[in-house]
Parts: sequence; structure tokens; C-alpha cells
Amino acid sequence: MNNYKLLGKNFTPPDIVAKVTGKAKYAEDFRVEGMVFARLLSSPMPHARVKRMDTSEALAMPGVIGILTADDLPPVVSPQKPTLTNEPHYVGEPILALAAESETLAQDALEKIKIEWEPLPFTVDPLESLYPGGANARTDGNVVSRGSSGNPPAIEDTKWSARDFAAVEEGQLPMGQAQAEWSYGDVEGNFKEAQYVIDETFVTAGTSHHCLEPRSALAYWQNGKCIVHGSSQSQSFTHPFLAGMIGIKPEDLVFIGEYCGGGFGSKGYAYTEMSIPAHLSKKINRPVMMRVSRAEEFFVGAARPGFQGRVRLGFAENGRMLAADLHIVQDNGPDTGFNDFMSAGDALALVYTPKAMTFKGIPVATNTPPRVPQRGPGQNQLACVIEPLLDKAAKHLGIDRVAIRALNDPDNDTRYGPKQRGLTSAYLNEALEKGAAKFGWQEKKKLSGKKNGSKVMGIGVGQAYHSAGSKGYDGLVVLTPEGKLHIHTGVGNLGTYSHTATSRVAAEVLKCDWNSCVVVRGDSRKHLPWNLAQFGSNTSYTMTRTNYVAAMDAVNKLKEIAAMDFGGTAGDYDIGDEKVFSIADPSKSLSYAAAAQRAIDIGGKYSGQEAPEDLNAMTKTSVAGLAGTGLIGVAKDNLESEGTPPAFAAGFIQIELDIETGAYEILDYVGSVDCGTVLHPMGLDQQIKGGAVMGFGMATKERHVYDPQNGLPAAVGVNDSKLTTYLDLPLEMRTTAVDIADPMNPVGSRGIGEPVMGCAAAALLCAISDALGGHYFNRIPIVPDMIVNATSGRDQSHGPLAINTF
Amino acid sequence: MEPEFYTPLGAGDTPKSRSARVSRRSFIKGIIATGATVASGSMLGTLAGCSAETSSTTGIAGTVERLITLNINGKSRRVDVLPQETLAMTLRYKLGLTGTKLGCDRGECGACTILIDDVPTYSCSTLSHGVRGRQVTTIEGLQAANGDLHPVQQAFVDELGPQCGFCTPGQVLSAVGLLKVNPSPTRDEARRAMSGNLCRCGAYDHYLNSVMRAARTS
Repeated sequence: MNNYKLLGKNFTPPDIVAKVTGKAKYAEDFRVEGMVFARLLSSPMPHARVKRMDTSEALAMPGVIGILTADDLPPVVSPQKPTLTNEPHYVGEPILALAAESETLAQDALEKIKIEWEPLPFTVDPLESLYPGGANARTDGNVVSRGSSGNPPAIEDTKWSARDFAAVEEGQLPMGQAQAEWSYGDVEGNFKEAQYVIDETFVTAGTSHHCLEPRSALAYWQNGKCIVHGSSQSQSFTHPFLAGMIGIKPEDLVFIGEYCGGGFGSKGYAYTEMSIPAHLSKKINRPVMMRVSRAEEFFVGAARPGFQGRVRLGFAENGRMLAADLHIVQDNGPDTGFNDFMSAGDALALVYTPKAMTFKGIPVATNTPPRVPQRGPGQNQLACVIEPLLDKAAKHLGIDRVAIRALNDPDNDTRYGPKQRGLTSAYLNEALEKGAAKFGWQEKKKLSGKKNGSKVMGIGVGQAYHSAGSKGYDGLVVLTPEGKLHIHTGVGNLGTYSHTATSRVAAEVLKCDWNSCVVVRGDSRKHLPWNLAQFGSNTSYTMTRTNYVAAMDAVNKLKEIAAMDFGGTAGDYDIGDEKVFSIADPSKSLSYAAAAQRAIDIGGKYSGQEAPEDLNAMTKTSVAGLAGTGLIGVAKDNLESEGTPPAFAAGFIQIELDIETGAYEILDYVGSVDCGTVLHPMGLDQQIKGGAVMGFGMATKERHVYDPQNGLPAAVGVNDSKLTTYLDLPLEMRTTAVDIADPMNPVGSRGIGEPVMGCAAAALLCAISDALGGHYFNRIPIVPDMIVNATSGRDQSHGPLAINTF
Repeated sequence: MEPEFYTPLGAGDTPKSRSARVSRRSFIKGIIATGATVASGSMLGTLAGCSAETSSTTGIAGTVERLITLNINGKSRRVDVLPQETLAMTLRYKLGLTGTKLGCDRGECGACTILIDDVPTYSCSTLSHGVRGRQVTTIEGLQAANGDLHPVQQAFVDELGPQCGFCTPGQVLSAVGLLKVNPSPTRDEARRAMSGNLCRCGAYDHYLNSVMRAARTS
């Protein structure tokens, strides 16, 4: 346990009152004089080329101001995602944007634009595209090479041979030439040694992000600068990328992202749609509000990649995983896509620590919405695949399901994967133990299979992982002559309150009363430091470090100023009660307010006239902007960090499954996590539960289905996509945390946002299989039809590798 | 003519509001009566200016009145409203009340929930002309004049209800509507009443904690 005054305690986040009073301003809530409205014209076809476009009638309409097409923008290199395009690769891809005095007028004008399309071949199924003669989603190929470090992704044309497809049994994933592969250990030797070998084909469906706030944006130009109100999970990290998309220098961009109505990975940093109003505004010289509709958000808001895969797992008699062999064909969407499949491979190696393993994967382009990171990208799909199979092994070998997980889990000494990397610390076992105790696993598991009419009890446990931190970013704090501590943070507002939870580290280090502290954020004009984005569960680890080093710099400067005034050396002084004082004679003291004024008088590094060389350019600019306003604490995080900082989560669930209807009810859920030191208990509670809600949807409800005949989507809105509601949940959810400090973080903290989803999804899948006495679907989502088919002994209506199933 | 239609939420409904619900047929007839002859008008025709001066003169003569009076948060507001304009758009773009959020604009998510005569209602699916003579309460109307938060808002703060906050105004108003008709709901009653409000962050458990706290404290 620790003795922190602020860390580990609840607090009222400074932005929460605005959220409950409607005063929180999201991108679409801003108005600018002379503002006009833009609407997008998007592709009606999955793959086509604009042969001719006639915009004359639309542009002649009174009140129509101008349009922006792909021809106005610099071309992008395939397979990068274009901002606008004349060769759309999915239904809903933006072709042009039109601005008019009113939104209705803009929409009416779009109707007057005549486009002659040349339809092109398309595919919505990766395996179909790999088949000899199969359609490519892009004219220049179908597989995105990840390239080695430094090389941009490139598009290749890959077909597997008919022999590759014929060589496997019906319903088994073929595996031809892979795009990425690695191996370690004696894989086949360990399989030979195994007492029990599982060989399964699986499918995980993609899921749309469905951020409740569509990615609307407002942009205008003033005195050569572009001002953008956008919706981003992140603040500082979004800035330079958005500037690049607009084609300006970062210093010529003002980015305001104080609030963001959900991102889940899809608004991790700048995205092309956010730059459209900026481009259009520049062209027509008017402020442009581009509202994105719910339907448009489905298309441009991207999705999680789906997997078609095959996994072989070999277990020793005691349940130890000896060997693993994982093959994944990833639905990569129309452009660059994301590395989910590779992260899935890493996660298998890390979470289950097989003695030997092979990984092969290939990302294949499809004419469906872009695939970008979604909460636990790759790791959470992997959890949904492997966790039920662990249960299968446990059942076969007669081992408790928690015990088989504990046996294979990593610990502080684990080296994982082909590079045999270490972890900063790992307490997944402790999370399992704590969660099992809170849930009452030993008692509850006895209820497994208990019948109540047509309902059967199912008990499940699931685990998930994501890496949880980075290093090397900057921290920036200011002690003002008014005696306030301004903690400048480049952390965005994705809804976790981590902007403030991590800022409190600076207050803790400087021993400031929280009421003396102001968190400064949300607007690039506020002199913010260079911080990493709010993705990858990293914020709690990465930005506790930056705030720690900035505060330590401020502490050192306080002591140096005291030594100048009272004599001796900095080491003769300490801080407390918002004062710096002589250890030998505490009556010799300077209040923080007085010290801040002294810093201004002294100048130089003390008040920001000088800044460390190793800071990022953004931080240097911010320090220069703050120079002379107080005592500046600023530093780059050069602290040690060895190994991967992990986030681990375990979920425990009790359900009642109606085997006649396929419906289930969740009776209890406990989420248990290892995220190092807990910074903000209620915030952590929120993440564990909210992640679980998303996980339940991923496991059993959410649809992302494309019609293979026409390439059209079947579930565009939030209703069709079956997002989880109040009524899909247990009446109460419970959480717990290990709360053991990580040695590589100055306050012991690591992130957690992503695995809390995967563990819940996996636990629910395991509970359904448990209720069915050990029927494993090897597919998500498991929908009621599949359950009813299973219980009534009917074949499923889809083959093992079929995707786009309902 | 005073159209008698609006569309209350299914959940959180009161018997009183149910009697006010109209059939699809009369709803369509109502729209025809109020708006069909100016269907080509631009819904957001005066958005940028938002001034009352552009008012009724821009409408087609002989059709429905455009400059109407709405009762919003206890105040009479004169506002220029197109016949086919939704209340969400009037609130957000004519009256500057941007606390009402548009998540889907198609009656699926509940982010735009407001109260009409204390009944939670999707403002994206309610025509502004239909709420003349009714009391409309938005999120901006809950805080007391002295700045005190409404007990439901305070409970949402104390229980760390919101995550990203985008669905929060709608969640708060659904909770306020529930507690008006059922001051001491069970947790199950509360979640049923709130089930018309989606939250993609999955903050449901904390929102329910907030509702139950508000029921205890108000």
C-alpha cells in the first residue's frame, strides 16, 4: 500500500459538471459568424470509378457556395486512405463535399450533381479474394504489406493456389503465403509431446465503433491560421497529424478538442474527415460546419477488422500449453487497415506463454468500411477465440477453468514471444484470484448446468490483455504568483477522466492541495505539452511519467531558488504545505506563490525563457508561450522503462441461458484487473464496467454484415447493429483491482481501458458454452439462432469460415 | 390550428402521456396539415443568422405560421420555425441550447431526450410546431438560478455517472422524468425507464447508481 494523499482517491473531475449541465461543448456545438454548412456526397457502390462528374447545376443554385473534390487535394499513395476520392473503395466513402448557406440546401444541391460511375470488381470476403481469380478490393492489389520498420505499407496482389485451398479439409482455414510470420521454440516437437491437441477454425466478426457523437467538425481560417473544432480522443497527439492533413505547419493550426463523444480507437488521433471542413473553408473563405450523420458515421467511422482463422493448441496433461499455431486471415477493409492480426499473435504468446509457437497472418483488402483500431485491437478478438478453447481443454483434462488459466498465465519472470521480451510486472494471476474470490467461483461453478425450466445456468471466466504504456513524452506545469499549480496536459477527453487522474501526480509530487490546482487542457492555444494519444491503454502509464518529471523539475527549481535566497545548496531544502523551506530551519521558507514570483524575476530556465533541448517542438513552443508567467516545471520523460507494461483483466460471469429461445440473462458480473497502482477508483470502476458492456455486445450482439452480392451493408444504424442497452445487463456489476505498484512507473501505475472489454466478452462466451455443456461455437457473435441450432441438434446455417452471417 | 401530436418515449411513459400518443396515421395527417405545402423550404434556412428578423416573410404566404412562441425552460421564446423542423434543431440552432445532443437524429439513441410536460421525449423525432403550448425542459433548464445543480445532476456528479458525456444530458432528463412520476423506483424500474437512452461507453451501471442516489436525495 502507499501513502499518497491524492492518488488512489476519488475526486470530482473538473469537466463533469459541464457534462451534466449541457455546457460541455462538442465540435457541433460551436457557432461562428458567417458559418455555412457542408454535406458529403458519398459512394453508392462498393468499388467504382468516377468517369464523369457534372456539378454545374448544383453550383448554379442560389445559396450554394462551393465544392471540394479529390482533385483539390494532394493525391495519396496507395493504400493510404484518401480524404476524398474519385475511386471509392466502399459504400459511403466520401467523394466530394459541398457547402451552402443551409444544410438542407447543401443536401438538395448534392441531388443535382450528376456522376457517371464505372463499377469495378469488389469483394467483401478476404478468402474469396485470395482464391485464384478472386476479385481484388483495389485495382492495384488485395494485400497490404506491413513492411519492415520505416517502410510505409504497400499494396500487393496475392493469390493462393487452388492447391492451397484444396489441401485442407472442408471447413478448415487454408493457409497459403502469409504476409507476416514468426516462430519460436520447437513447435512440432511440443505438439508431439502434448496430451491433448485442439485444432479449430474460427471467425470473429468485425464491429463498428458507433461513437455516439458522429465525427462532425467545424473549421475556419483567421489571420493565416486554421481553427478546427474536432472530435478526437486525444489533444496534443492529434495536432501535428491534423496539420499535415490540412497541409499546414503545426504552428498554423489551432485544434480544440475539449470534449469528445466517444472514440473507442476510431478517433485516436487525426482522421481524414476532420480535415474536410478546413480544406473547404480555405477554398470558399467561409467558416464550414460539416455535420456527419449517423448513417455516414457508420461508413467513415470505421470498424474493427474481422478474422477468419485457425488455431492449434497442444496441452500437457496438467493443462500447461506446450505449443500454439495461429493462422489469421484479416478483413483489412479498403485501405491501410490496422495490425490487429499481429497483435493477436503477440497476445497469444504473452497471455498463455506456450513453450513454442508459430504465427502466420495476412491482411486482405475488402470493400467495406476502413478498419482502424477498436478497443483491444487484435487482443480482444484473440481472447474471444482462445478463452473458450482453454475451457475445452480444461474440461477434457479435468482441470478447473480458473486453474488452467493460472497455470499458463505470465508472471514477473515471463519472457514471451519470438523476441523473448519481458514485462514491467505482471499480476494476472492475482487478478484471477481476487476476481474469483469476489465472484465466489468455487461455489458458483457448482451451479454450472443447473436447469430451471428451459433455462440453464452457465458460469464463465475470461481474460484479456493489452500493452499499457509508453515513454518519452513531455510534462509541463506552472506555479503561478497567485500560488496556483497549473498542470498543462495534452491528454484528450475520451471519457476516462485520465486527463485529470494523471495530472494529479504533479500535485502529489509538489504536495499541493488539490484546490490549488488547475488542469489546463483541451485547446492547443493553452500551451500544452507533447503527450501521447489516448489509445492503447497507455495514458495512465505514459502521462503519470510526464507529470512526474515535470513536477520533479519544479521541485528542484523551488529548492534552487530557496538556496539562492537563504544560502546553502538545493539539498538543504524540502517542500511541504505549498512552501519550500530549509530542513535545518523551517522558518526560512518561501511560499509557492513567492517562489513563482522569484522565478519570474530570475528568469532563464526558472520561468521558461530557457527550456531543455530534448523537449518536443510542441512543448518548446508552449514553454515559450508561458515564459515569464511563473515557475515552469518542464521535462521530457527520460525515466527508465524496461519491458512491456501490460494491462490485464479477468471477468467472471453467471448467466441463465434459455435453450429454447437462445436468449440469456446475465445474473452477475465481476471484473478484476491488474493495472498497477489504482489512480482513480471510481474512474477505474467505470472503465471495467463500461468495457464489459462493450464486450457483451461484441460477444453476442453486434452486427457488421455486408451483402456479398451487392457489397451493401445490412446494419447501418445503432438499432440494427444491436448495441448493448440497460436491459442487456445485470442489475449491478462488481469490480476489484490487484493494486500492486509497477516498478517501472514512478507512481506504479499502468493503463487498463482495453482488456476490460475482452475479458468480459470471453467470459460471456465461456458461460454460454458452459450452459450448453461444452459446445464451442468458434465464432463471434454467438447469436440466438446459433444457440437454438446447437441445442436442437441442427446444423448451423453457415459454414465454419463463412462471414457476413446474421 | 394546434397540432396535437408528439412522440413520447415508450419507456418511462406515464398513462397520461400514453393518452397523448397518436397513431401513425394521424401523425402523418398532422404533418400534411402543417407542412406539405412548403415542403421545398429549407429546414435550416436561417441557421447561420438565427435571427428572428428573417422570420415569416421568407415562408410561402398562406401556409402555417412560422414565427411561433415556445415555452422552453419556463420562458416564452419567439422563434422562426419551419414546418418540418424538429425540436432538436430548433433548440440547437435557433435557441442556442446545444446541451441537447444529436446522436442519431433517427429516434434510436436518446441523446436528444428532453421533457415535454415532464415526459421524456426524443426531440429529434418531435416537430417544433407540435410543442406549442407545452412546457419544454432541456438540460439547460435544470440548474437553479443560483447555480445549484438539480438533485439528479448532482447525483450524476457524485456517482461519476458520465464517461464521454455525449449521452449524459439525455440520460439526466430521462432520470428527471422518471422521478417525477416514480420518486422511489426500484433499480429494475429505473433501468426500464432509462432504457431508451443508449450509452456507447457503457456507463449504465454508474448512471443507474446516479438515478438511485437521486431518488434517495431528492
